[in-house]
Amino acid sequence: MTYIAKPKISHPGMPRNSLGLTVRDYEGAVSTLCAGCGHDSVTAAIVQAVFELNIEPHMLAKMSGIGCSSKTPAYFVSQSHGFNSVHGRMPSVTTGANAANRKLTYIGVSGDGDSLSIGAGQFVHAIRRNLNMCYIIENNGVYGLTKGQFSASADIGTKPKKGLPNQQEPIDPVSTAIALGATYIARSFSGDKDQLIPLIQGALSHDGFALVDVISPCVTFNDHEGSTKSYAHTREFYHHVVEADYIPPAEEIKAQYDEGSAMPIELHDGSKIVLRKIESEYDPTSRAKAFKYLRDRFNAGEITTGLLYIDDSRKEMHDLMGNIETPLSEYPLDKLQPGNAELKKILSRYR
Amino acid sequence: MASVNDVVIKIGTVNGTGSASANGLLMKSIFRMGIPVVGKNYFPSNIQGLPTWYEIRVTGDGYQARSNRVDLMVAMNAQTYARDLDELAPGGWLVYDSTWPRSKLLDRDDVTVLGIPLSRMCNESFDGARARILMKNIAYVGAVAALLDIDLNTITTMLEETFASKPHLIDSNMTAIRLGYDYATDNFVCPLPMKVEAMDRTKGHIIVDGNTAAGLGCLYAGATVGAWYPITPSTSLMDAFRSFCSKYRVDEESGKRTYCIIQAEDELAAIGMVLGASWNGARSFTPTSGPGISLMSEFLGFAYYAELPAVVFNVQRTGPSTGMPTRTQQADILSCAYASHGDTKHVLLFPGDPAECFTMAQDAFDLTERLQTPVMVLSDLDIGMNDWMVPDFEYDDSRIPDRGKVLSADDLENMEKFYRYLDVDGDGIPYRTLPGQHPKGSFFTRGSGHTKYGDYTENSGDYQDVVDRLLLKWETARSIVPEPEIHHSKFNKAAILSVGSSDGACKEALDRLSAEKISLNYCRVRGFPFSDSVREFIEQHDVVYVVEQNRDAQLRTLLMLDCDADPKKLVSVLHYNGLSLNAEFVVQRVLEEHSKGQAA
Repeated sequence: MTYIAKPKISHPGMPRNSLGLTVRDYEGAVSTLCAGCGHDSVTAAIVQAVFELNIEPHMLAKMSGIGCSSKTPAYFVSQSHGFNSVHGRMPSVTTGANAANRKLTYIGVSGDGDSLSIGAGQFVHAIRRNLNMCYIIENNGVYGLTKGQFSASADIGTKPKKGLPNQQEPIDPVSTAIALGATYIARSFSGDKDQLIPLIQGALSHDGFALVDVISPCVTFNDHEGSTKSYAHTREFYHHVVEADYIPPAEEIKAQYDEGSAMPIELHDGSKIVLRKIESEYDPTSRAKAFKYLRDRFNAGEITTGLLYIDDSRKEMHDLMGNIETPLSEYPLDKLQPGNAELKKILSRYR
Repeated sequence: MASVNDVVIKIGTVNGTGSASANGLLMKSIFRMGIPVVGKNYFPSNIQGLPTWYEIRVTGDGYQARSNRVDLMVAMNAQTYARDLDELAPGGWLVYDSTWPRSKLLDRDDVTVLGIPLSRMCNESFDGARARILMKNIAYVGAVAALLDIDLNTITTMLEETFASKPHLIDSNMTAIRLGYDYATDNFVCPLPMKVEAMDRTKGHIIVDGNTAAGLGCLYAGATVGAWYPITPSTSLMDAFRSFCSKYRVDEESGKRTYCIIQAEDELAAIGMVLGASWNGARSFTPTSGPGISLMSEFLGFAYYAELPAVVFNVQRTGPSTGMPTRTQQADILSCAYASHGDTKHVLLFPGDPAECFTMAQDAFDLTERLQTPVMVLSDLDIGMNDWMVPDFEYDDSRIPDRGKVLSADDLENMEKFYRYLDVDGDGIPYRTLPGQHPKGSFFTRGSGHTKYGDYTENSGDYQDVVDRLLLKWETARSIVPEPEIHHSKFNKAAILSVGSSDGACKEALDRLSAEKISLNYCRVRGFPFSDSVREFIEQHDVVYVVEQNRDAQLRTLLMLDCDADPKKLVSVLHYNGLSLNAEFVVQRVLEEHSKGQAA
């Protein structure tokens, strides 16, 4: 959303991925967000994740709605097509885009206003269809562009800069997604790149709807004392329950894991996610148990993070419908219409 | 009331009782005798138990509109008996189920009442409540066949075709036909003085509704992505597309589908899906009706400004608000032309019958890709859901669809740099690229202010450059939308101008006015922005009767806005009670206005 081109600075020693590209090739325009905005850290994590996944830039589609978070697709992978749609409608545009071309990798960047208020209907239905996409919510509890109104994810008791604390029940995207049957659900913090990058990589590789809810503090309107979405509050109550390591398709699992604590999950593209439980009682493969755990910790004021739920067995949208692998947009048009002779046969029904 | 091949039959039943197939059988039997027919369905916004009517106009002259008179009423619904009797033209005939006695209070001495004990006969001949109800419908078809002299062999052939896979149903249906037919011939003088006689005027024609035709058009246009939210009266369009796709869109090699139909969560999502798909290069569409257009408006403005193709079928129904969902109107003309906030306007196509639903569905995809802007096809309930007799559809196998200005990977490879919104050719239409083709093709699609290079802007001049170019594109659109249908004689200084489903009634009215020595020219607009020929047509006349089906003269307003037409010339003839237009109404209104003009 900027018109300031970022100078490409790269030096010969920079690491290259299997496409011969450096991380600089995955950057975008200069961010126009406030200095210190959590969203810029998420952008940096996306750049790193996509670079390491060796995704060809033009095979990535960047989708968004309206809001500070929705501006960010302009700030990463400038050689990808971007679609900055209208407020709360990114999921429907992505659904149609994916319907037309299932070969692209879809990353949607949304916010708590965009996904949990105006776009709540589209958010839940994209989950219901198991749309194959990585859906990132940059969650800061406030509307930034309109200057600091509470969003639907604001916690009870959290204080605004001016005015009275929020008294309404927050909508938690993670427990909502579990209830709705999303097939990959993670939560992270913009300040924890080590955790965030593999979660985004897993989400991009997962064959189905992958939600990454990122607590991403708003430095201007929601980073003060008494706010439950501030950097300080998030750091203090951040509770990491499951580590997830992302292993690319061709690579072996090299790290040493303790017997019984690691759980490798193979994704459709041959890559693996290795889950390591930090909290022994946590079970990221059971909707019911994960939901109960999350609600219990939520009631205790904690922010549970990690890869919180995964089910790689369910079919994504196209496979549920039995659609062809070839992108519909590339299927030759002359093979899509049966011709005049067949038309005459069709018409015989109407005599 | 003696006549041949000029009779209007109206059948009053209860919805949910299976009368639709009986009425279809009756109408198609007449059609197969070579006699033109018009079918109109008057149905409630309800599933079961409320009154419903089917009207069949037998018109040897081949007119397309409904008539406002009823000659033969088949009053099967006791609930509406009084109303049905009242509607019958003097000298007409009324058939009723005489199993139960009819109140004497309802007698009219200028019509002939024919009682047939349909329920009693069916109860004696068939077992089971459902069969008895269904067969009662078939039995009245038999009675009407005897009364009007419809060929029994034709009916038998139709039943044999319909139930080819369930032969036992042929016998039971024929039994029911015979019950009605024999009772009528045994008890009344058959045929009545008004009757049908075989002709040769339906060869090369079909009977089809506009939604089926539009769905077929989408199949032939190569549409692959359809997104929709169910809404009367547009739902059957997607049903038809799905049904054609299930047969013709299966990949030979993999056996998998080469189409993707998504039932959206609402119309906001439906149009979002269409735009996402068209952005990616698929031909995509959504069928909807007025309330859906209201919900889609924000995205339609986005598509106008970001320059994305989209085909939207608006099968108009009676507004405002929920209005009467099962009645017809042409009242979304303005809301479609200017859907969305800001300086926004949209290309519209106006099919006049199901045949044009088939062709315009294909034209719409070509135009939307050529112009990179949404194209809305404004049908209505009358066209979309009623059965029309139209000439056979043709598909030109040599037709090459116009995919518009899309750069290929090779084009991009050989280019220095690609700019999305640059007017290279001077026609206001920029080049576009599809995601996934080439890294050089990437750009940012946005509804926020942008420059001709595709960058974000808040600069006044750069912003204005783009919206001014959109006006140039609008003029290009004017030159390529379908031309109006015009019937012109230089001797006539007055004319009728109409749109869409008003066509049939207007043409019939022209014949009748001509018989009264009032000769008028005729123009039916078929696209918006209006072609220059529409503006010229208005300029050539002293008075133009603008016939349309809404209260607020929306077409007339649009003519004033887009062609700068002189309002004093444009005299409105407005019909907006929810029923489809009839010629009598047009004739009366034009005569009234004509005599005012004479007096002045």
